[in-house]
Parts: sequence; structure tokens; C-alpha cells
Amino acid sequence: MRWLFELLSSSIGKKLLMALTGLFLFSFLVVHLYGNLFLFVSEEAFNEHAHSFASNVIIRTIEALLFLAIVAHAFTGLYLARQNRLARPVRYRRHRAAGTRTLASRSMLITGSVVFIFLVIHLRGFFYETRFGSVYGGESLYVLVTETFAIPGYAALYVVAMILLAVHLAHGVQSAFRSLGIESARYTPAIRAVGLFLAVALPAAFASMPIYFVLQSGGVI
Amino acid sequence: MAIELRSGVPDGAMAEKWSRHQFELKLVNPANKRRYSVIVVGSGLAGASAAASLAELGYGVSCFCIHDSPRRAHSIAAQGGINAAKNYPNDGDSVHRLFYDTVKGGDYRAREANVHRLAEISNSIIDQCVAQGVPFAREYSGLLDNRSFGGAQVSRTFYARGQTGQQLLLGAYGALSRQVGLGNVALHTRHEMLELVLIDGAARGIVTRNLATGAIDAHVADAVVLATGGYGNVYFLSTNAKQSNVTATWRAHRNGALFANPCFVQIHPTCIPVSGSHQSKLTLMSESLRNDGRVWVPRDQGDSRPPAEIPDAERNYYLEERYPSFGNLVPRDVASRAAKAVCDDGFGVGATGQAVFLDFRDAQARMGRPAVEQKYGNLFQMYEQITGENGYQTPMRIFPAVHYTMGGLWVDYNLQSTVPGLFVIGEANFSDHGANRLGASALMQGLADGYFVLPYTIGGYLAEATLPPADGSHAACGDAVRTATGRLERLLAVGGSTPVDDLHRELGQVMWDHAGMSRNATHLGAAKDAVRVLRERFWREVGVPGAQAGINQPLERAGRLADFLEFGELLIDDALHRNESCGSHFREEHQTDDNEALRNDDEYAYVAAWEYRGEDTAAALHREPLEFIEVKPSVRSYK
Amino acid sequence: MAAASSANLDLTLDVWRQASPDERGGFQRYEMAGMSPDMSFLELLDQLNDRLEREGKEPIAFDHDCREGICGSCGFLINGHAHGPQSGITSCQLHLRSFRSGDHLVVEPWRSSSLPVIKDLVVDRSAFDRIIQAGGFISANTGSAPDANALPVSRTKAELAMDAAACIGCGACVATCKNASAMLFTAAKASQLALLPQGQPERHQRAVRMVEAMDDAGFGNCTNERECEGNCPKQISFSHIARLNRDYIAGKLRAVT
Repeated sequence: MRWLFELLSSSIGKKLLMALTGLFLFSFLVVHLYGNLFLFVSEEAFNEHAHSFASNVIIRTIEALLFLAIVAHAFTGLYLARQNRLARPVRYRRHRAAGTRTLASRSMLITGSVVFIFLVIHLRGFFYETRFGSVYGGESLYVLVTETFAIPGYAALYVVAMILLAVHLAHGVQSAFRSLGIESARYTPAIRAVGLFLAVALPAAFASMPIYFVLQSGGVI
Repeated sequence: MAIELRSGVPDGAMAEKWSRHQFELKLVNPANKRRYSVIVVGSGLAGASAAASLAELGYGVSCFCIHDSPRRAHSIAAQGGINAAKNYPNDGDSVHRLFYDTVKGGDYRAREANVHRLAEISNSIIDQCVAQGVPFAREYSGLLDNRSFGGAQVSRTFYARGQTGQQLLLGAYGALSRQVGLGNVALHTRHEMLELVLIDGAARGIVTRNLATGAIDAHVADAVVLATGGYGNVYFLSTNAKQSNVTATWRAHRNGALFANPCFVQIHPTCIPVSGSHQSKLTLMSESLRNDGRVWVPRDQGDSRPPAEIPDAERNYYLEERYPSFGNLVPRDVASRAAKAVCDDGFGVGATGQAVFLDFRDAQARMGRPAVEQKYGNLFQMYEQITGENGYQTPMRIFPAVHYTMGGLWVDYNLQSTVPGLFVIGEANFSDHGANRLGASALMQGLADGYFVLPYTIGGYLAEATLPPADGSHAACGDAVRTATGRLERLLAVGGSTPVDDLHRELGQVMWDHAGMSRNATHLGAAKDAVRVLRERFWREVGVPGAQAGINQPLERAGRLADFLEFGELLIDDALHRNESCGSHFREEHQTDDNEALRNDDEYAYVAAWEYRGEDTAAALHREPLEFIEVKPSVRSYK
Repeated sequence: MAAASSANLDLTLDVWRQASPDERGGFQRYEMAGMSPDMSFLELLDQLNDRLEREGKEPIAFDHDCREGICGSCGFLINGHAHGPQSGITSCQLHLRSFRSGDHLVVEPWRSSSLPVIKDLVVDRSAFDRIIQAGGFISANTGSAPDANALPVSRTKAELAMDAAACIGCGACVATCKNASAMLFTAAKASQLALLPQGQPERHQRAVRMVEAMDDAGFGNCTNERECEGNCPKQISFSHIARLNRDYIAGKLRAVT
């Protein structure tokens, strides 16, 4: 196992870890979104789906992996950021960007951190209640979610977090493929395009829900 | 000191001399090789290839270079290519033809046996470089591509775009780096050799200055190899890198190594002209441009029309007129002299009048601009980068510039100088190019010496030499360190206010005007006096700020200029004594009625090897007669 | 002659001066009046140094040698751009006609903990040598090579390898990367050899060893922002980095070291 440790502690290995955990978390978003779409179907459908998820052994295992992935992604990201800072102890007086350095790529640490904080709030609000709290005690998850979503402040936080997530993914997805060494003149443009589309589309779909319920409770729709 | 120049060329038929010699050389027992140590100074093609090959054989090698990395040696700037007698194009090339062309191209002033060996080895060099991963140009078949270069009648030049020197050097650098990584080579970057250490008459070490810290140290070994390049920067402006210098070879010369043929300096015809007094160096454009470009000047002096508006009838395509069969492809020395002649006569173009046109108008009409771009695009880009002019729309301006030096420390067939244990390889020695080097032959020689000649011959020396054990505490090291330190202190103590480069520019101007492309006794005599005066002024006026410790670039340059100022006089002496015109050396007193070079084989078919006899004493001339058995001297004619 | 000579330039330079590795450095301002637009940037520094030397002051130390963009010695940040504002050239190939009279130029050395400043604009790039020494070669001893044409190399591959091999080891990639990563330098050499059939036997081992040496030197980590490519004087493609990633990961998975 020494080789695995060596691999993961090298510069490329850490990037590999970022890429794999990042893509894993990204793929989870799709599954998560699928479940959330039941919000638009009915209370029963949503609750049933949530329940079937919570009682599935495979899902529970993946869930544990997700927690691990979040922790690994966050810590490795922080560690890389620190290493990168140490690699240039004296800053330039004037340094202009070249290449494809973007707002997204520059702000990975910030967007990642905010999304992480949001995630903690999000997990406390829904995941904790489902597994250990009120929902576990018998209340409807649908009610909890829709009522929380209907709070304008929460909805605003949710939307902001989703925007930052989109920014994070805009660089993250294509970067992950590069870190995995997947790059070719033929496929890279397609990977970039699909990655960018999903990076925006997924958070947008998530954000549509609190917006919907805020508007609904406000009687707009 | 009685010096007998023994070339040590083995007996036997020309084609068998080298293999016979390889057999006759004593071998060092493999188990003993690690007990021998070799110092290699320089890390260009010759130095890096030698250091790597010697380390592979098991010798303990120390390699020194003045750069921050061995990869920056000036071999890296060679553009055109490397010759080899592979005959892949099936156009009639052979070892003998490469040998023949090189001896003839050198205007019969090279040692035949050395040149033959070079031609024999040429093929192995290409094999070795390909195995190292040098990305030579290839055909669609995946096989190697060749081109014709420098007017050769066969296509024998291997190339990697316009960066052949870079790619070959990086190959050798890779081999060297591998040996450094394996612990077989101790690499000393940013180290400049300032003295040679002799123990019992044999070269046993060097004194260096660490250019980053200023530390002066002695290093001892069983043999010393100089691969320190040429002395073209005695002219200040040249295509050489700014740091190229004569110090290592000059210090060796002062310690007993004879300096051969210093007056043989190659002037390259297709360089970008000087643009002003700020000019710090000159840039070469590949002479492949002459394959399709036409060289001309206006027929009227001071014709100020834009060149495109000057009709053909009023253009003087002087190379095509004078040399109908070779035209724009005459050898470098001929093309260079012709350019100087038209400029001296007042037909030069551009702001300085020191340039001629190289015109691609007709080539574009014939081949189409895309084809010209395909072939020469990078050169046009380079030209525009430097001059701000578009060479497709207006003719490029070119002028000759000092490029390569055929002269160097005298070496025998084993590449050993007159100092036992001191070997000299690459451009630093004098051996293979005679009075003029052919295009794409310098890379070949550097790598031949380093990969395939020196590793054999140095073994022969070490197997037979009796070398007392010595280390840095030896008295000779102390003396050499004191000499080197004393000199640096002297330079710092002058306390003048003239920057080093100002004096270097002055030296360069004297050398270029009087000992450049075209020479005569009067001018050479005046130059000799001027160099002496300049040398005295240098030691009175030069200002070297800073201290010995740490990086001190003016101090580095001052030390090198001090040696150039001594060396320059030797170059002039050599040019004065050689009363003939041959190759790059053109003496105006010795020309035919139609202004072509007039060689004098009866009196000057020899290598002029000069012995140092003190700063104020004239150097003593020793002659190594040259015999031409295989290639009978003839008059070079490109008419 | 067309655009060759226009009016002379007056420039203000803020140059980083640092006496030795251990001393603190700072910017020093110099006014340069009447400079020719045909001058290269290094010739501008020559002019400044000439003036300083006449005044008995220490000139600005900077590495330089070939002055034609191939040796890789020179290089500094000029107004925030490695090798200056033009793409595809080194500092020595930058001419003053790229600037306007009155411009204020900030000249800084490469900044990276792995390429420390020795003096003024001179940095220590020996970390690059160590990366090559670790594996940036094909282990072919002198004399052991087969005939050069015994092994055909696809022209496309040879051209790609040449693109990567054009690296001059100047350090602009590290200097310009916001993380001071040396991935482009390392990848260019590893990729050149990985593209050629001669380089296959050591391909994965080479990638692993070079990356280890790179990490040991303390360079930052690549975040796939391609700044290295954007400022590379030889315009070496970022795609070589993906190849190195691949070879390194494969090397580790196959346990080739």
C-alpha cells in the first residue's frame, strides 16, 4: 500500500484525488437532483423516494463514501492551496494573467469553501433530520423541505450557493479530466462543452426548487 | 623549449588508420577505470558528449560550465543541421566524398587523417542521436529526411527544424544528466576555468571561480579536457553567445599549449545587419535562405528608392554575375567577401550602408508565397522580430558576421595538445576544418570528438601515463590559485571608469576593420599596434565595480576581455605571417587578377602553431607540415 | 526603410535589486531617455548598466547568453508578463518598438521558492537540472545504437515530439503559473520522449522519477489554468501535461519504479 500512499501524496496524485472525489461528488449531484425532482410530483412520491433511498444498503454505503469524498476533497484542496502559496513566498508586484485563467479557476478555493459551508447547513437541515431528527421521528420530509425552501432567506442562500457551485464546477469538471490525463484534440472540446453545460444546468435545476416554493408560498404561482 | 609537433597520425591506408589506431591504443582495464578521474571544461556538444561517454565507460568525471545549466552552451544556437555520410537519399554520398568535400572546403589546410576519421564516425553520430530521442525531421515513411546544405552537391544534412544544435545538445545534455544522476559525473555549473594546473609537466587540474559565490578553487584529476568553444567574440560583435570566450584555451596556451591557425575565422554571409551603436550581438539567419533568395545591391550608389521600385536592369545580382555556376550558393567565405566588396565600393544599402539585399520576390513568384512560408517562415519571422520589417514585401537586408573559428589549440591525432594530459575537443581545437568550415560540419565534429574519439584516445593516454597522486593541497594548485586570484585583484584594483564593454567594442572594431574578412599587411600592422595600445589602456582605464565575492558580471567580462586583448595580437600575428589567401583568410596582396583567393601551397601548406613566450615577447612559430595524399590540392573555383 | 526607425523612446524602469540570496531586495527606479526602438530589451539593460558602471555602481545582474531566444538564459517579468507582453518570444527577442515613449516598466525576477533569487534578476534554476537528471533522457550508452533508420518514427509523432522538445528551460512557465508549478517544463521533456518509440521502454519510470524530482524541489501544483502555455516563449502545448499525468498515474499503478 506504500505505493498508493506515495501516489496520493505526490503533486499529480493529489490532483488525481481532487479529480476523482470531485467527479464522484459531481455524479452524486445527478442522483440527488433525480430525487429532488419528485418534489414537483407529489408529497407521497417524494417521501417514498426518500425513504427507499434511506433504507437502501447500497445507497447508505455510497453515502458514507460521499462523506469521505467531501472530507478528502476539502482537505486536499486546502492543502494544495497552502502548498501553492508556499511555492511563491515573495509575490509579484505586477502579475498579469495569461492562458485560460478565468474567474472560475481563480476562485476555486473561495467557491469551494462557501459551498462547503452551505453543505454543512444543508446537511444539518435535511440529512440530519432525516436520519436522526424530526423526519426520523415520523414527520414528512416533503413538508420540512418545502417549508424550509419557502423561507426567503434560506432560498436566497440556496440560490447563491448554487451559483457558486456552478462557478466551481465550470473550472472543476474540465480540470478533473485533465488531471486524470484525459485530453485529446478530438474529444477534449466535447468534454469541455458537456462539462460546462452540466456545471451550469445542474445547479440551475437545484436552484429552481427553492425559487419555486418561495414564489408559491408568496402566492406568485 | 624545443617543441616537436608530432601529429601521431597512424600508418596505413587512409581508410584504415582509425580502426588500426583504435586497436593499437592501450586499453585501461575496466576495473581500473573508476580510479581515473577526468575534468571536462565546457558542456556544449563536445563537452557534454565527452563527459557522458567517459562516465559511461567508468571514469570519474567532473564537468564544469559557466552557465547555470549545461544545456545553455552555445552549441544550442546552431540552426542548420549535421552532416553524415549515410547516403540515405541514394545520391552518391560516401565516407570518402564527405572526407573529400571537407578537405577541399577547408581549402587544404586541415589534417587529412583527422578529417577522414570524422567522416567515418559521422554515421555513428546520427545513430546515437536518434537512439537518444533527438527528433530529427522525417519523411512520411517514418524514415529520416535529409537536405542539401551550404552548397553541397549531395543531401547529407540531418536536421530538426531550425533547431538542430538545440536538439543535439539536449540529447547530449540528457546523456550527461543521466550520468550526473547516477553519481558518475560531478557537475559544477556557474564555474569558470581561470587557470590550468600542471604537475610534473602534465595537465592535472584547473582553477575555477564559482560565478555565483566568487569562490576560487583548485580541482585535480588525471587528465583535463577543454571543450570551451571558439574565440569569435574577440570581434565583440559576432553570432557567438555573449559569454563565449577564449579564457580557458588562452590560459592553457600560456601554460604551454600551442595555439594553431588563430587567423582562420569564419565569417557567415547571412546575418542581420548592425542597427546601431547599442548592438550587443549579431543574429545569424540560416544560409539555407540562399537556396531561393537572390542577393543584390542597386547599380547606382545611394539609390534611395524603395527596393521594390528598383527595376531589374538597375539591380546588380553580383554573385550570379560573378559566379554563374554557383550563383548565390557560393561558399560562405566567397559570399561574405563579395558582400564586403560591394559595400566598400559604396553600394551598400540600409541606414548604415553596411548591408546587401536578400530578395525573395522572384522565389515568391516562382513557388508562391505559401511555399516560401512553409520553407522559411520561421526565418522571416525572426527577421521581422529583430528589424520590424516584413521580408515578404521588402527584401531582407543581410551582412556578414563573425560566426565560427577554425583555429584553436593545436592537437595531435589523439586530440591531445602539446601539454601531456590536456585534451582539446570541438571548436576549441584547430583540427578538422582547415581554413574554412563547411555548413553542418561543426556539430558533426563536436560530437565526433566527444562521443567517439576522445573516449578512446584518453584511455590510451591514461593507460600509459605515470601520474603521481595529487590533490588540491599540491603546491602547483596553490600557485595556480594565487595566479588566478592575483589577476582578479588586479582587475578590481584598476579603478578606472571605462566600462568593460566599451573597451571590448573598441577591440572588436579594430579586429573587424583590419583583421576581418579582408586583410593586408599594412592594416594588420596597424591593428597590432592598436591592440597593444588598447591593452595598456585597459589596464589603466577599466572600471570594474563590485567585489570578488558573489555574482560580479563586469569582473567576469573584464577577465575575458583581458585575455582577448592578448589573444587578438596573436590572431593578427598569424594573419600577418600567412602570406597567402586560403579559405577564410584573405590577404589582399595575394589574389588573382579577378580578385579570387590565391593560395600558396609551396610555402604555407602547414599548420601554424604558436608557442607562448611571455606577455611582451613575440610568440614562436612551429610548423606542422600538411601532406595531401588522398585529396590533391586544387584551386577552388565556383565560377 | 519602412518601420525600422521611428522616434526614440523615454522609459521609466522599476527594476528589482537584491544584493545576495539572503538580503532583502527592493525596486529601484531608473529613467532611460532617448532609447532606440530597434534595441532589444537586454540592450536596454546594457545601456543602463553602462551608465551604472560609469558611475562606479554595480550594474544589474541578469542571466543572458545567446540573445537569440534559444539558450533559455534570460527571462524576467516585464510589467507582469514573463518575457514581456509579446507572445512566443524570450526577453532577448523583445524589442523596444513594442513599447511607447513614457511607458513605465516593472522588471522582476522569476519568483518561486524553487527558483530562488541569487542576485537582482538572476535566479537559481538548478531544480530544472535535477528533474532532468532524475529521468529526462533515454538510457542509450554511446556506441550501443542501431542504425538510425532501423526504427521508423511516424512523422506526425516526430513533429509532436519536436514541438515538445523545443523547450528552452527558461522557467517562464513556473514564473507565470499562479502556483509556481513546473509541470509544463517537466511534461515537455517527458512527453517528447514518450511520443517516440525509442522512449517507450522507460516511459512510465521516467514520468514517475521526473515528477518525484519535481515534487522534491518544492514546485507548486498544476491547477489546469494553462498560464504556462500562454507565456511559453516556445508555445509548448498544455496537452503535454495531460500526457505526463497519464504516464505518471500508469507508472504508479504498474509499480514500475
